[in-house]
Amino acid sequence: MKWEIVIGLETHAQLSTASKMFSGASTAFGAAPNTQASAVDIALPGVLPVANKAAVERAIRFGLAVGGEKVINRRSVFARKNYFYPDLPKGYQISQYELPIVKGGEIRIPTKSGEKAIRLTRAHLEEDAGKSLHEAFRDSSGIDLNRAGVPLLEIVSEPDMRSAEEAVAYAKALHALVRWIDICDGNMQEGSFRCDANVSVRQPGAPLGTRAEIKNLNSFRFLERAIEFEAKRQIEILDDGGKIVQETRLYDPDRDETRAMRTKEEAHDYRYFPDPDLLPLAVPEKWIEEIKARMPELPEAKRKRYGTDFKISPAVAIQLTASRDKAEFFERSARAADIIMFPAAPQDIAFTIVGEMAGLLNEAGLEFSESPITPEQLAKLRRRVLDGSISSKSAKGVLAEMWVGKGDPDSIISAKGLKQISDAGAIEKIVDQVLAANAKQVEDYRAGKEKAFNSLVGQVMKATQGKANPAQVNEILKRRLAG
Amino acid sequence: MLNASLKELSAALAQRKISSVELTQLFLGRVERLNASLNAFITVDAEKSLVQARAADERIAKGATQPLTGIPVAHKDIFVTRGWRTTCGSKILSNFIGPYDAHVIERFNDAGAVILGKTNMDEFAMGSSTETSFFGPVKNPWGQAYVPGGSSGGSAAAVAARMAPAATGTDTGGSIRQPAALSGLSGLKPTYGLVSRYGMIAFASSLDQGGPMAKSAEDLALLLNVMAGFDARDSTSVERAAEDHVRELDRPLAGLRIGVPREHFGEGLAADVGRAVEAALKEFEKLGAKRVPIVLPNSGLSVPAYYVIAPAEASSNLSRFDGVRYGHRAKEYRDLADMYFRTRAEGFGAEVRRRILIGTYVLSHGYYDAYYLKAQKIRRLIAKDFVAAFKQCDVIVGPTAPTVAFKIGAKAADPVQMYLNDIYTVPVNLAGLPAMSIPCGFGKDDLPVGLHIVGNYFSEAKMLNVAHQYQKATDWHKREPAGVQR
Repeated sequence: MKWEIVIGLETHAQLSTASKMFSGASTAFGAAPNTQASAVDIALPGVLPVANKAAVERAIRFGLAVGGEKVINRRSVFARKNYFYPDLPKGYQISQYELPIVKGGEIRIPTKSGEKAIRLTRAHLEEDAGKSLHEAFRDSSGIDLNRAGVPLLEIVSEPDMRSAEEAVAYAKALHALVRWIDICDGNMQEGSFRCDANVSVRQPGAPLGTRAEIKNLNSFRFLERAIEFEAKRQIEILDDGGKIVQETRLYDPDRDETRAMRTKEEAHDYRYFPDPDLLPLAVPEKWIEEIKARMPELPEAKRKRYGTDFKISPAVAIQLTASRDKAEFFERSARAADIIMFPAAPQDIAFTIVGEMAGLLNEAGLEFSESPITPEQLAKLRRRVLDGSISSKSAKGVLAEMWVGKGDPDSIISAKGLKQISDAGAIEKIVDQVLAANAKQVEDYRAGKEKAFNSLVGQVMKATQGKANPAQVNEILKRRLAG
Repeated sequence: MLNASLKELSAALAQRKISSVELTQLFLGRVERLNASLNAFITVDAEKSLVQARAADERIAKGATQPLTGIPVAHKDIFVTRGWRTTCGSKILSNFIGPYDAHVIERFNDAGAVILGKTNMDEFAMGSSTETSFFGPVKNPWGQAYVPGGSSGGSAAAVAARMAPAATGTDTGGSIRQPAALSGLSGLKPTYGLVSRYGMIAFASSLDQGGPMAKSAEDLALLLNVMAGFDARDSTSVERAAEDHVRELDRPLAGLRIGVPREHFGEGLAADVGRAVEAALKEFEKLGAKRVPIVLPNSGLSVPAYYVIAPAEASSNLSRFDGVRYGHRAKEYRDLADMYFRTRAEGFGAEVRRRILIGTYVLSHGYYDAYYLKAQKIRRLIAKDFVAAFKQCDVIVGPTAPTVAFKIGAKAADPVQMYLNDIYTVPVNLAGLPAMSIPCGFGKDDLPVGLHIVGNYFSEAKMLNVAHQYQKATDWHKREPAGVQR
């Protein structure tokens, strides 16, 4: 039987604010346990929450990025989600339930069959819980409330993904976006960006199957593995005539499998109701306008612009806009190029950025903003290739020198004597010498042995120690042999 | 000194007729003598009070005084107080020492007032008789077999027995006004949002409001001046210019339109209370006010709506008392769930457990719409009734409670009878309006009767003016319980 996998993701992005969602305590990661928990975070009697404006602003930025003003609710409501757990000090989590701050929007992802839009159901503000430490103590557990109250944006997608691959592409696009608009640092190890995957399978065209929710996937690889395992598990059950139970599951990366955590019957009744300590969150038009004015140009707009301004192909544009500093690197470099003399310069620069530059930075674990080669230096190097000063092959060597801090490409080129011979007269002279010295090959070529031509090119390059401009050598040789 | 008004005390302090230390010792002495029988205070700490009194005397010596500098004030044990045990009348917080000051406490400290002690109350303010306190019931100074009202019964008894010149209370469904009525005092519940709830242990957040309890409207005005004001730590605190609530006191009442709601004079109102209220209305007419009959058609729905909304919020507000971080924790337990069960079963009294259960039920999946949402709709209807009424009148006057004080234990077994005590006060909390109770005579067994005055939003100054003019013409508020003299 043929099965279709259906996936929806719920993603928790930690908002990059200095203080917590409802208190003034710091959100910095890695502090000693309970040193960043204020009276509000530990839920002393009598304390009250006050919503963090910076967190709300970040949620609005997200809304503007995924759907514009129309997806931002002018009035949203904080609600209490009630349950008992030691790392939840108030006995309830403040979240948004019926009226979230963002409703709708979409994320576009690349797939094999072109771009696909994944619809968003909603995005809402909430506070994180603390952390229970079960290992450090005998017969009891420790509670660290530093995380308690950290602001989160929970982003819920529609069940629009049809493979683990698409789910990963969505998660990556979302990850890139939240970093692009500066609302989340995206650090997955520290838990700043984590996904829950809702997975079900069905016959194509049939209604949605029963889903399992896999909790807390904090890497793209785990996300992919967990979905693949879970889909396979469900298909096997259904193929055997069994039924899927709606339940929450955990992915165990060590054993590469998902395990049941609790079934629907065991699910809590969270008794959501509007938090009476907080007024409904009103978002005035003026505020939206102010935030909009400060929004960076979004990846999609950039890609469009790269196509019209620089004739960059969509595939390359997607790579250039993988992060904001990569795109900025490209744009600075393209601005430094001489587009009038060399209209193809931006494309040439783009190729180098997504190719060699990305490779070098990736290997060194650096971001484009941390590159030892400046965008302007890169533009200059590629200009020397375009104007024929050096060969593409030597450019690689020059880039390597620039990478280790040797500086300006021109001084590297002259220091290493890499400048090409592009003087037609000089090349002609050498060509004539080579032809005179290799009568046999000339004869072979003229007799139709194409291979002999390559040998003659090799001789010329050898005579110039590789510095002759290969295109010119080809052209002059062909002319002479024809004559 | 025991019967002096705050203004008189302030003057005596300024003129060095008495020092703050002497005044504090005087009232501490009263507490020492009377508290064993009345049980109005949960915690007294003479040393701490006297430190503040000495500081106040220094301030007075420098001339840097405010109206309440040096005056001892008793605080309901619902206000978290730094260094003071703060119990909320519950076993679950019986060992809790306040690590910070509530906004209200801060304001009194800044004004130079002296904390006289923490007063007894119904557990988590859930009750109308102060019988649900873990620390035992409070007795009414007008008759020790009677309840003082609740939940701010400790504060009421403290002021009525002249153990404190003034006190703070909180009012969720009548918890300032009803004990003021039953104990022969003046008490005011401000407009929701006027007094910060920061540090006031929450019962029902959307209804709770702190306010003053004292011997006269004039005293209330001075106390409210200290308590009111914007606080950024409470998101429901209202940002508005500070107001002097004393300023309007002397305005004559000629032309005042007094709304008299039909619904508050019907079945259930005891005849003795009705007579006293009627006499008070006549007194107002003498003062030049006009009676305007009004209706509050949804008034009858307020107690049921209240007993859905308040427990719903309480069930969630009280979840933090789980034995994990502070407060009482069961000594023995098998696992986490057992620790929660035992801690909360041991730590909360019967009434609190009842309300947590009701609240949990009405918020449950499948019942939410039928109870909580419906109650919220009723709440809006009740608020609309008042908006309509205030188009016809300036204040609404009626009885504060349907009867005078009842005997300790009389209603303890019948929660619904107990809840009906709040029938006139609860609509005000649901609408978020300000209201007060002032003494207007005596009923059965010579027990005090309270007159309920409800004002429009933020019309505290007007209400206080109405009450003060009445108190200038009458002396009910000057009567003191005979049984506790000397």
